[in-house]
This record gives sequence, C-alpha cells and structure tokens, in this order.
Amino acid sequence: MSVESVFPQLEPLLPRVSKPVQYVGGELNATVKPWDSANVRWALMYPDAYEVGLPNQGVMILYEVLNEQPDILAERTYAVWPDLEKLMREHNVPQFTVDGHRPLGAFDILGVSFSTELGYTNMLTALDLAGIPLHAMDRTEDHPVVLAGGHASFNPEPIADFIDAAVLGDGEEAVLEISNIIRQWKAEGRPGGRDELLTRMAETGGVYIPRFYDVTYAADGSLGAAKPNRDRIPETIAKRTTMDLDAWPYPKQPLVPLAESVHERMSVEIFRGCTRGCRFCQAGMITRPVRERSIEGIGAMIQKGLEASGFEEVGLLSLSSADHSEIGEITKQLADRYEGTNTGLSLPSTRVDAFNIDLANELSRNGRRSGLTFAPEGGSERIRRVINKMVSEEDLIKTVSAAYANGWRQVKLYFMCGLPTETDDDVLQIAEMAKNVIRAGREASGRKDIRCTISIGGFVPKPHTPFQWAAQCDPDTVDSRLRKLREAVNSDRDRSLGRNIGMRYHDGKPSLIEGLLSRGDRRVGRVIERVWRDGGRFDGWSEHFSYERWVSSAAAELEPLGVDLAWFTTRERTEAEVLPWDHLDSGLDKEWLWDDWQDALDSREQDDCRWTPCFDCGVCPAMGTDIEIGPTGRKLLPISPVGIGSPVQNPALTSP
Amino acid sequence: MQKLRLRYAKRGRLRFTSHRDVARTFERALRRAGVPMAYSQGFSPHPKISWIGAAPTGVASEAEYVEISVVEAVDPARLAAALDEALPPGIDVLESVVAGPGGLAERMEASRWRIELPGVPVGELRAAVVKLLAEEHVEVERLTKDGRRLIDARPAVIRAEVLDSADALSGVGIDMPVDSPPYGILMTVVRQTTPAVRPDDVLSALRVVAALEPPVPAKATRMAQGRLDDDGVLSDPLALDRAATAG
Repeated sequence: MSVESVFPQLEPLLPRVSKPVQYVGGELNATVKPWDSANVRWALMYPDAYEVGLPNQGVMILYEVLNEQPDILAERTYAVWPDLEKLMREHNVPQFTVDGHRPLGAFDILGVSFSTELGYTNMLTALDLAGIPLHAMDRTEDHPVVLAGGHASFNPEPIADFIDAAVLGDGEEAVLEISNIIRQWKAEGRPGGRDELLTRMAETGGVYIPRFYDVTYAADGSLGAAKPNRDRIPETIAKRTTMDLDAWPYPKQPLVPLAESVHERMSVEIFRGCTRGCRFCQAGMITRPVRERSIEGIGAMIQKGLEASGFEEVGLLSLSSADHSEIGEITKQLADRYEGTNTGLSLPSTRVDAFNIDLANELSRNGRRSGLTFAPEGGSERIRRVINKMVSEEDLIKTVSAAYANGWRQVKLYFMCGLPTETDDDVLQIAEMAKNVIRAGREASGRKDIRCTISIGGFVPKPHTPFQWAAQCDPDTVDSRLRKLREAVNSDRDRSLGRNIGMRYHDGKPSLIEGLLSRGDRRVGRVIERVWRDGGRFDGWSEHFSYERWVSSAAAELEPLGVDLAWFTTRERTEAEVLPWDHLDSGLDKEWLWDDWQDALDSREQDDCRWTPCFDCGVCPAMGTDIEIGPTGRKLLPISPVGIGSPVQNPALTSP
Repeated sequence: MQKLRLRYAKRGRLRFTSHRDVARTFERALRRAGVPMAYSQGFSPHPKISWIGAAPTGVASEAEYVEISVVEAVDPARLAAALDEALPPGIDVLESVVAGPGGLAERMEASRWRIELPGVPVGELRAAVVKLLAEEHVEVERLTKDGRRLIDARPAVIRAEVLDSADALSGVGIDMPVDSPPYGILMTVVRQTTPAVRPDDVLSALRVVAALEPPVPAKATRMAQGRLDDDGVLSDPLALDRAATAG
C-alpha cells in the first residue's frame, strides 16, 4: 500500500508560518525513494529546529548509510515550531518527513537522535502530531518502533516510558542490523507481534528495550538494580563501536539545505573518541577508544564532499581536532591543494597545548581569518587539576601572544561554572586570565584594539563520567559567582582591560533541568510528560524554556514518590548507590570511574593514554578494541590542480 | 574578466526560499559547476555576484535576474546548462548572455505578476479589480520589522485584469491540485517603486476597496520584468545584451 505525501495539505499553511523553507525539503543530495520499493522504512528525527538538526552529522550519516541499501528507505523529520504545530493541529496535518512529506506513523521505525536531553519534549510533540501513542505500552504492531540514539541514550531512563528501544554508541552498523531484524520479522509475517520484534532486537545485546527490565525503588527513594523480566533478555547492554573509520567514509554526499543552518560548512570527522580524560566531558568518556581516519581517507572525503556540496568551508571535526597524529600534514597539504579556490578550513575544537601558529596560518591561508577559540574550562590551576583539563595559563598566554602577533585580533575562551569543589576564587581567576590575555596581546601586537571574549556555561554532571556522583551546583550559587566575575572583569582598577573583554553566559537554571534529565531515572518521565502537556517545547531555546514550569511539574510528580528535584540534581551520590544507567555498559569500568572521582576530589590529574601507558579505564579490553592512531606517514594523493575560484574543474565551460 | 547576465526561475515549493537562501544556493552551485568565479579582494573575499531586485519569499518567479563575473571567458549557453544542473530543481537557469553596455538594474522598470486566488470566483475578483482601478490612491498597511507602515499601493499598478476561467488552468509553479472553479487569476503590471509594491500589497488594496478575502493564501508568480512601453507592455531586458553580442 502506497503512502501519500501530505504536502498538498501542508502547502496552504506555509505562507502563514515563519521560515517556511525549512519544511519543504528539496535539499541538495536528499533522497526520496518510491514507498513500495522498500521493505524497511526509517524515519530519522533530530528533535530540534531544522536549522539545528539539518547539519547534525549523526543523522546525515545514518540517512545515507540506510538509503544506500536497495530495499531500505530513510527520510528525515525535525521539530516544527509552535506556529506550524498549531496550524497542523487545526488542519489535521500529521508530523511529516521533509523528504517525501510522508506521515511519520506510516514508517516501520522512528530513530530519534538526542545530542542533548533538552530535546525530550520535542519528541513528544512529534509523536503526538504523528498520532503515535506517547507511551510505548499503548503502541501496537501498526505503530513505528521508537528508537533513541545519540549521547543522551547512554541514560535513556527518563524517557523509558516513551521509547521502545535505545542504542548506545556508534550507529553505522547498528542501523543495518536492526533493519535486518525488521526485514526478517516482516518477511515471516510478523510472528509474535511487536513483543517478538523487540525481543529479537534485545537478544543481540546491543539494543536496550526498557520495558523488558523491571526497576524497583526502596522506601527512601533509592533505586534497586534493573533486572530483565523475561527470557532471552541480557543483563546488560553494550555500546556499539565502529572501529575502522576509513571503511565508513560518510557523509559522502553531504546534505546542503536551502535554508540557513547553524553550521554552514562541510564537516569531516577526522577521528572519533578522545583520550584526554577531561572528567566533566561525557562525549570524551563514552566514545573511547580513539579511532583516527587516515590522511588519505580525509583527503578523499573532502574532495568528494566539496564536489557534491559546493561548500566554502571544511570543518575538521572531532572532540579535540589538533590531537590527530598527523594534523600538521593534513592542514598543510589541504591548504596547498585548495590554494586559490576560496575554500576555508576550520578546526572547531582545539586545545591550547596541541595548537601552534603554523597550524593557524595554514587554516586561514585560503579562507577567512576568523577568531581563535580555546577552552581552558576552569579559571584556576587547581580547578583544572580537578577536572583534568591540564592546560597551563603559561601555555595559553604563549599561544595567544603568538596569535595576536600574527594578526589575529580576537580570542574566545570557554569556561564552566559550578564545577565540583569550585569556590568563588576559582571563578574569579577567569577574570585574571582574560586580563592577562589582553595584556599579552597588546604587548605582542602593539595594538590596543584586540579583544578577548569569555563564554561561561553551567556545569551539568553526566552519566558515565567520574562526575556522575557529584552534587550539581545550585543555580543561585552559579548566578552569584557569575555576578562576582562580571564585577571583577569590570573592576575600576583595570577598566581599560575590562573594556576589551566580552562576557557571555546564561543563568544557571536551564543547567539544573538538564541535570535532572541527564541523571534522572524512570520517575522523571512523568515530569517530562507533565511539562509537555503544559505546553513545554524547545527547551534548548531560552525564549521557550520555562524554569518555573519544570520546577512546579517536578514538585507535583516527584514529591508524592518521596523524591524531588534536589534529590536528582544537587545531591552527591554514594559509592554503593545503584545508578539508573548501571545496566548500560559504556565500556568504562565503574571502579575506575570512582577512583578517578576520588582523584578529582584530591586535585590529582590523569595523563592522556594516547601518549602514555594505559590507565585501565576498561574500554579497550571490554570492547575487544584498541586505540587506532597514526602516524601513517602517508601523503594526500597528488591530484591535478583543482579549479580556479572553485574547488571543481570544469574545462568544458571555458574551452573555445 | 567577463560579466554574464542570467535569467532564472524560482518555481513550485522553492518559492518559499528567501533571497538569502537563493543567494547561498547560487554561490554553492557555481562552485559545484566549476565556474571560474571572480572574487572580491580583502579580508573576507566573496564571489562577484550582483542581484537585481529579488522576488519576495513565498512568491514564485519566471523572471529573476543576476549578474556574475568570471576570471576566464566562458560559453554562456554551456554555463547556463552546467549551472542549472548544479542547482536544485525549482531554481532553474533559463538563459545566459554576455553582458553588453549599460546597467541591467535600470532596465527593470516594472514587473508583470500572475496572482492565483483559489476559492475566489472570477466575477467577484473582476468587480474588485474594477473598483481598485477606479481609485487614485489606496493606502494599505504592511507589517515590517519596524512595525506597521502605510503605503499607497494604487499609483504603481499600471494594469490589472482577470483571466477567464478557461485560461486559468495552465498555471506555473503549482504543486497544489487545481481544484474546480471558483479560481480567480489576476494578471497585473506593477511599476518598480520605493517602497516596492508587492503582490501582497495589491491584494491588500483589493481588500480595502472591495473587502476581498481569499479563503486560502494566494500564489503569486512574477512572469516578466523589464522596461515599460506606453501600452504597459514589458520589453525583454536582455535584448540589448543579445544585440551587442550578435553585432
């Protein structure tokens, strides 16, 4: 049975909403397959606005991996803004995909990628608009399987009521295996209904089906261990790891939107994983081990991607891009290759200690010289030892001095506030650091008009990190420290320095709610649902986020159960306590995490295992893996000179 | 250095692109097509592209114009084909010529618009247009970033006529199924003025003079732009360039 596009019903609504282009699809390199050509049909959702969701690498990669299979189709959907949501409800238009404008309810499986927990309410909107029951228990075999992925799925317990399944870790191979299970089950005539389909996924050990595990609570509100409640269900679920990045050179054909998006560039992931061991960083912990893409693989992806997309900038993505073992060669050879084509290179995440001016000059050779960004994360040496972000102020000053001397005028520094053991003094040192940057910059450049922007985010303790036991700092303390920091930046004594320092921050309230959703258990699902029913949408956007709504909903739903918002956020956990994600295996050894937490409390740092001996975090042996790094000593393949004014050559245009 | 002038169309669902969307899409398509673009000098080089008064977001067009500069001479027809191939379907390059003498922007004196009004009977639309043409001034309100402002929409309207229903069915850029009548179609020639009078403003004027309220949003398409002769007919703005090349 074919499924009709809902575009004819949608189109008359579009002139009445803001930025209608985000709903029409038609992106370069998008795929629309005939409905009947596929045996397995995926809808992939990024639960935020189109402009944020479209550039998401995870969704883009899985979309292409799935669509390359002849009998699988995959289409994308994003959160619709409240103006369109209202009109869709009035005119009975269901949540749709932007590719074929097909209703979400018609697909076999809906994969939702959660980079952040603040997308949870948007998933509920999409399910509701699609006519899919919010609660997994109420769905029948005619409804799509709702599958969560992305970093937040390492603790999907707060959304356990709403999802059927979750996958931890890399998705490339997992989506194909899940597709096989669905294909087989459908071909057999759907034996055993939805339960059997989910059981087949669960017994692989790599797909978590929350409803197949029972969770108990003690009288004091504490958690008992999650236990399988039927046969064929494993005790723990392992994360997925794609080992050979060169075997998965995606995206090959990057999606290029018509609408403006938050990342107007082509991204190539140069390695996955990180071994720096920053204790606050969930991404660094759950994506181990490090797996580098080879210089040749990177070069080929960039050339093909530029030909396919026309982007003017290439982002070399990873958690700490300057750490690639051949980064110097990569940037130099790319800058040589694209000389004269106005193709910019950028390194979104760079560490001060892995950065040098040669690298910066290569990056800006063929494109714009944008600002430099570094993330010392903590203002004092002491707090940087606590969080294991071992960059010294001396390194920072040396690097920014060189940058200012080489013509850069603007340096951006990222910090966090509310870190474990933090005092007012640790935060106030941020002001000193920024002033020292300005002083050094003035001296190095001989100019007064240089700038330093400090940007401060609230720290949120995350599952599967050494800080998973930490008490989250309450918003009042965070706000008061930020106020004092602002005063210190603008203090009378150094007013001329303060004028060259910009300060950006948000208040601590959204971080507290993110903390509730990050370390919550299944009881938090009621809070999410209540907030959503009360109109909560787009919680990652300050103009839509309502702290009061979250606080009152948490009080209404949690207090009758004997717990509250503070129990989930500002309370320090004990070593013996069962954590909601204990049955979900990120490969990290829980004892190692605890020891690392104790080291943090003693302000003891931990080395990077990429360059120093293994410190037994547990990932490599548990996953049967090892770090995969160069140097390979290889070069980019020499290619004929690329075009003039474009990275593509087209002699047919200019021949007589 | 060579300068080329292109006419292109913005069709179907791509009428929802804004001018900025079209500009970005063009820049990328030029790179994908391997066009040897000329770039501006300086800190932040940009490809040399000049846009001539773009149709508003939500309005389709068969007559948009842009000028590009290249550092090596290219064949205009092959450029049009390669660029069209690199652009998404719905932004379609219709013609490319080497620029002759004189500016292009000053040749754009007026536009001819086709405004489709599903659900509006032809007779009602025709009566409203008669009332509009009978007025000398019709003030309409427009929402801008700075709030509401009043503009006089009437003087810019040079011609306005309603098509008979038999002519109405061969629409352009229609994704919506053409329902059975009523389906009013207004053809109007509007002078380029400051501030510009857009199809929406003409519809607002019909609302003011005749309380015309379309039940669903109208779909407008720019059919032509060019110099205006005494009979209100538009001349092809690229004719001079073509003549210069031929001569």
